[in-house]
Amino acid sequence: MRDVAVIGVGMNHWGELWEKSLRNLWTEAALEAVEHAGVDRVDAMTVGCMSSGLFVGQEHLGAMLADQLGMGPIPGTRVESACASGGLAFRQAYLAVASGVSDIVLATGVEKMTDVDGGAATYALSAAADQEYEGYHGITFPGLYAMMARAHMKAFGTTRRQLACVAAKNHDNGLLNPLAQYQMKVTPEGVMASVPVADPLGVLDCSPITDGAAAVVLVPVELAKKMGRPYIRVAASAQTTDTLALHDREELHSLAGTAKAAAMAYKEAGIGPKDLSFAEVHDCFTIAEIMVTEGLGLFEKGKGGPAAEAGVTALGGKIPINTSGGLKSKGHPVGATGIAQVREVFLQLTGQADKRQVKNPRWGLTQNMGGTGASTLIHIFERA
Amino acid sequence: MLGPARYWREVPQRYRYEAAKCAKCGKVFFPPRLVCNKCHSKEFTQTTLAQTGSIETFTVIRVAPTGFGDEAPYAVGIIKLDDGVRITAQITDCELDKLDIGQKVRLEFRRLGKEGESGILRYGYKFVPVA
Ligand SMILES: [Zn+2]
Repeated sequence: MRDVAVIGVGMNHWGELWEKSLRNLWTEAALEAVEHAGVDRVDAMTVGCMSSGLFVGQEHLGAMLADQLGMGPIPGTRVESACASGGLAFRQAYLAVASGVSDIVLATGVEKMTDVDGGAATYALSAAADQEYEGYHGITFPGLYAMMARAHMKAFGTTRRQLACVAAKNHDNGLLNPLAQYQMKVTPEGVMASVPVADPLGVLDCSPITDGAAAVVLVPVELAKKMGRPYIRVAASAQTTDTLALHDREELHSLAGTAKAAAMAYKEAGIGPKDLSFAEVHDCFTIAEIMVTEGLGLFEKGKGGPAAEAGVTALGGKIPINTSGGLKSKGHPVGATGIAQVREVFLQLTGQADKRQVKNPRWGLTQNMGGTGASTLIHIFERA
Repeated sequence: MLGPARYWREVPQRYRYEAAKCAKCGKVFFPPRLVCNKCHSKEFTQTTLAQTGSIETFTVIRVAPTGFGDEAPYAVGIIKLDDGVRITAQITDCELDKLDIGQKVRLEFRRLGKEGESGILRYGYKFVPVA
């Protein structure tokens, strides 16, 4: 296996982008990444997308988007693992370069979610859970995470305010990210008073519906060095699965898939959680960020809530989490999220994160998950 | 959109609570599976779910998905049945603000909602608190 580098990134200003189609959204981000990387060709591309069929009635994105980019007949591969589709697209591109099959690979993600109404969008997202044995009974995604939150509160004494602090912190970070969907400050009190969605979660505990795309270019480290451009090294790639239905898990207040993938990734990178300078994680709901930081071993089980409240995970804290604003503030076009996380790590590790720059970072981690944690992708990156 | 066959296939579980017990290690699966995820045996005997259990976690749905809009707010929980099987279901005939983890519940057959996508009234199990 060859060492692999990320040398170029692209992303739109995410939001409710009624004037942009899926193909145009995607092509903008892909073109930006290719130009940013300074490559004159792409050997293959991957597309992470959860449900273009239900969101815009279009499948077959591999072929459509390779053509839109003017890169046909290169191989275009669409992959899906619900909200972790972007992370999976990155891993497939990484494996293609690491194995020597391809030299220059474009990893992308896209979701166009606002062409359908809220009910249809909720339905499309709910397809990531067990439709016959969870969805049939009227449970929603916020509801599933609310049940995890309630279990976490019962087991560890996690408070409603600690959940709210996660949202407030990520909105503070999003204010420093010009591409974030929601650049507005929210307070823990505001989150706690927000319209209830599924007790104990309110609307400000939930990531939004978003249109957006992101893209990154991967090449062998040797080629990146030869090109003389800023790059970061992929130090580890891990993927796990867990039961599709939440009720089949051994524990309802922890993420076994994240813990397992983290252990694999740390081993491959030769580091531990204490070595990380920052992490971009899957905060689809406030409770998710708390459970993920525990799964990554940054905090003991049950200590993630107090850490968030104490500012340990804030920009300038001991371990900044979601400096981009996270899914909560940056937005969550589900298939694009995992790629945008890699973009943030690239900016941080190459010192280009501007107002939200972490001081002198060396190791960055991305954690992207699908459903209630049934799919997990973790990548670790090192500064060149 | 979705044909009635999709609904009909699940009737043994939704109406009769049919589960499968691994003939080798005894783990109970609901719905039944073709291979045991614990010991990988492919031999099962048919069994019926325990009808009492307790609430492991729950939520009150305030923003309901399509097809459940008229019923919000309503409670949904993960119930651990006395045979060890966990299932997701609505908890009904209860005061929403009095629900708690550990509450004992009993399974009942109820209507789940109005006409679904398959064009038929949806029935299945719900849970009610027991003293
Ligand atoms: Zn067995």
